[in-house]
Amino acid sequence: AFFWLVSLLLSSLIWFIAVKASNPWDEPLQKGLLIFGVMFSVLLQEAFRFLYYKLLRKAIEGLVALSEDGCSPISIQQMAYVAGVGFGLMSGAFSMINLLADALGPGTVGIHGDSQLYFLTSAFMTMVLIFLHTFWGILFFHGCEHRHWWEIMAVIVMHLAVSGSTFCNPLYVGSLVPSYLLMAAAAAWAYLLSGGSARNLQRFLLCK
Amino acid sequence: WWGLLRGLLLVVLAAGSCQGNSVERKIYIPLNKTAPCVRLLNATHQIGCQSSISGDTGVIHVVEKEEDLNWVLADGPHPPYMILLDGNLFNRRVMLQLKGTSRVSGLAVAVAKPSPPQGFSPGLKCPNDGFGVYSKDYGPQFAHCNKTVWNPVGSGLSYEDFDFPIFLLEDANETQVIKQCYQDHNVPRDGSGPEYPLCAMQLFSHMHAVTSTVTCMRRSSLQSTFSINPEVVCDPLLDYNVWSTLQPINSSGKVDPEKEVIIVATRIDSHSFFWNIAPGAESAVSSFVTHLAAAEALHKVSDVHLLQRNIMFTFFQGETFDYIGSSRMVYDMEKDKFPLRLDNIHSFVELNQVALRNDSILWMHTDPVSRMNESVEVQVRNLLDVLSNSSMGANVTLQEAGYSQPLPPSSFQRFLRARHIPGVVLTDHKTAFQNRYYQSMYDTPENIRMQYPEGLSPEETLEYVTDTAKSLAEVATVVARALYRLAGGANNTSAIQADPKTVSRMLYGFLIKMNNSWFQSIIKPDIKGILGDVPQHYVAVSSPVNTTYLVQYVLANLTGTVVNLTKEECLNPEKTPGSEKEMYEYAWVQGSLDPNSTSRVPYCVRSTVHLSKALSPAFELRQWGSTEYSTWTESRWKEIRARIFLVASKELEIITLVVGIAILIFSLLATYFINAKADVLFSIPRDPGAVAY
Repeated sequence: AFFWLVSLLLSSLIWFIAVKASNPWDEPLQKGLLIFGVMFSVLLQEAFRFLYYKLLRKAIEGLVALSEDGCSPISIQQMAYVAGVGFGLMSGAFSMINLLADALGPGTVGIHGDSQLYFLTSAFMTMVLIFLHTFWGILFFHGCEHRHWWEIMAVIVMHLAVSGSTFCNPLYVGSLVPSYLLMAAAAAWAYLLSGGSARNLQRFLLCK
Repeated sequence: WWGLLRGLLLVVLAAGSCQGNSVERKIYIPLNKTAPCVRLLNATHQIGCQSSISGDTGVIHVVEKEEDLNWVLADGPHPPYMILLDGNLFNRRVMLQLKGTSRVSGLAVAVAKPSPPQGFSPGLKCPNDGFGVYSKDYGPQFAHCNKTVWNPVGSGLSYEDFDFPIFLLEDANETQVIKQCYQDHNVPRDGSGPEYPLCAMQLFSHMHAVTSTVTCMRRSSLQSTFSINPEVVCDPLLDYNVWSTLQPINSSGKVDPEKEVIIVATRIDSHSFFWNIAPGAESAVSSFVTHLAAAEALHKVSDVHLLQRNIMFTFFQGETFDYIGSSRMVYDMEKDKFPLRLDNIHSFVELNQVALRNDSILWMHTDPVSRMNESVEVQVRNLLDVLSNSSMGANVTLQEAGYSQPLPPSSFQRFLRARHIPGVVLTDHKTAFQNRYYQSMYDTPENIRMQYPEGLSPEETLEYVTDTAKSLAEVATVVARALYRLAGGANNTSAIQADPKTVSRMLYGFLIKMNNSWFQSIIKPDIKGILGDVPQHYVAVSSPVNTTYLVQYVLANLTGTVVNLTKEECLNPEKTPGSEKEMYEYAWVQGSLDPNSTSRVPYCVRSTVHLSKALSPAFELRQWGSTEYSTWTESRWKEIRARIFLVASKELEIITLVVGIAILIFSLLATYFINAKADVLFSIPRDPGAVAY
């Protein structure tokens, strides 16, 4: 979570400097700067995920050295999952907290013409991002672990796609539907990489 | 780790609740140019308005004609309503209807442009009743306006107690934004009620004081005595009276009892239903501007130092609220805390509302009860004759109001309560006020017929002499000549003339734009921040207010002399030999701008202008329930603001909550089951190198 926070701080600093240095009345320029800022932030978040992976690798070596039976108490897959959840929770908290603070007042969004469903769709978008970060954590660490570069590239491309789709808002269909589809795909991929299979899933559902 | 995470979450929460973040701007439109109605208290009652501590919210309904009120009072399906009232409907009948119902959560009044033609006065029909001179012991036939109702248009709205907030919308653009929001969302379609989301408004004006001055001062004094961080709930209305004498007197000593003084008095404050909105053109400004012009004219006379009697020009503050300033001065004179005593007063001349003269007639009001005494009658007769003689040759006709009329509400009544001084009150009305907007927000320059031609720059407008200024200058001339005669002056008075240019500049500064070049040049350098707002003359609780400062400095400029002292000598006159610190006041003023540069040439002004405290004696004596002295206080408050936004239907809110709870429960169940059956779901491939047997 802390690593994600630092990446957000750095990317927002870059965007802030860019905005202050540019003409505030130029609308297309500001929109362009925003898109640039979002893409830069995505790349920075993934870079920090990589840095975190490196840190944890070193930590595992230390844990193995310290343990009595030569194997670390936490596997790299568990670390991947926890890292993903941490990133997701922090990004979710940042997305939602200021919305929740304003939702406490008597008013709802809409007086300037925005959609009334703003709070609901923000909540769903946050949920999908938290899930996505979790699955991307697993995919990313697996890719780094086994030197499967296409997995890392896939994560970065998916992240850029999801963040880019939010520029479709307020056409919420354009951002929520693709994000949920990508989440289903990432969930399936992460499940397979974590040792699941279609057969296991069938047994789980039928045993119920 | 947990502590760090919690700390970060707190920071995020704080960031989310700070003002101006973009989600808040999507939801709320703040209304910036508003004026609230606040709570004032006196010995027995509270008046004004109150909101709940977290603001009052209601669905907006625009009321432009009487029939629209039925929707609010009976038909509308989404009570409580927040009404946007057209200024012409802001009258007693409508307000009492709204007061009686629980379907109204607040009111926003749009200023009526032009002013309501039938007149509008939220003041009382009988202003300052009970605190003047007429009571059941003195002139009972005149008490409680039995003989003459001075303010027949008065509805007494300012003195009612409302339990919902009332705001004034000063900016027509903001009113249009609200009406547009109402048109878009709140108008009923096809007979049925409008659908959610609805446009709503929230008003915050929570007042801390309750019940009466007795209660709130008791609570405040308990807090101040016993608490480390006292929470004062109300403040008495206080300010300063401005006074100046024609011949200098020792302000820290006592004047010789043989020396006689003629007092000239006007009030300098006004009031309206809303806080800090008190243009007071006819009720206050016209009279004190005339007074200032007369003072200037008298000081130009060459033999002032030879006059037998002195003249004291007094400007009373707080007269609107049961004569705060004048009652305090009388009290100080009785208790020997003022350089003059009541014995010194030879006669009293007061100027009340003088700008709306009909056929150039100026009425002279006297007190019939005290005139029944022979000696007083002789002096009053002399006073009236001098005044009539002074009006020869001027475009002013002085007429007596007669024995059947009591005195109108005036500071002179407080002096009469203490001693039967011969005096006269000059007004433009014989019975009822000519002013149909007494103590209201419509008592503006238009009310006293001040008109400027189009297309003038601010400097040209400052110098332009209006007809109103000329008419007030004539009244000032008559008053100045009469005062010269009363003070024992023997020479020809035709040279005494008030200057219409000065009157015009003062009217512009006190009514239209305080931040003009003349005012800027006559004030001290460190208080130039007081200029710049729309001029208004409410007495308020933090003193001195802009009006008092400006009257003080204008009087010093018009009646004082420029002396050749340096800044240090001027600011510390006690160190300068020959400065006679007790007789004079020295002020270091900014001076005017050099025409070609941005710097000013400051100089030192020596004048006889002093300030005396205008706090009701009730607070000095700690008699908070007094019926003898004014006990008006103003409540304190934390925040006053207004905003509009959309409200969602209850159904949407419930759906959002239920969906959220459902997802939460589902996710908890899913986590439990996945965890329980983890070995079924995940067959973990054994990592060959890691296992050790």
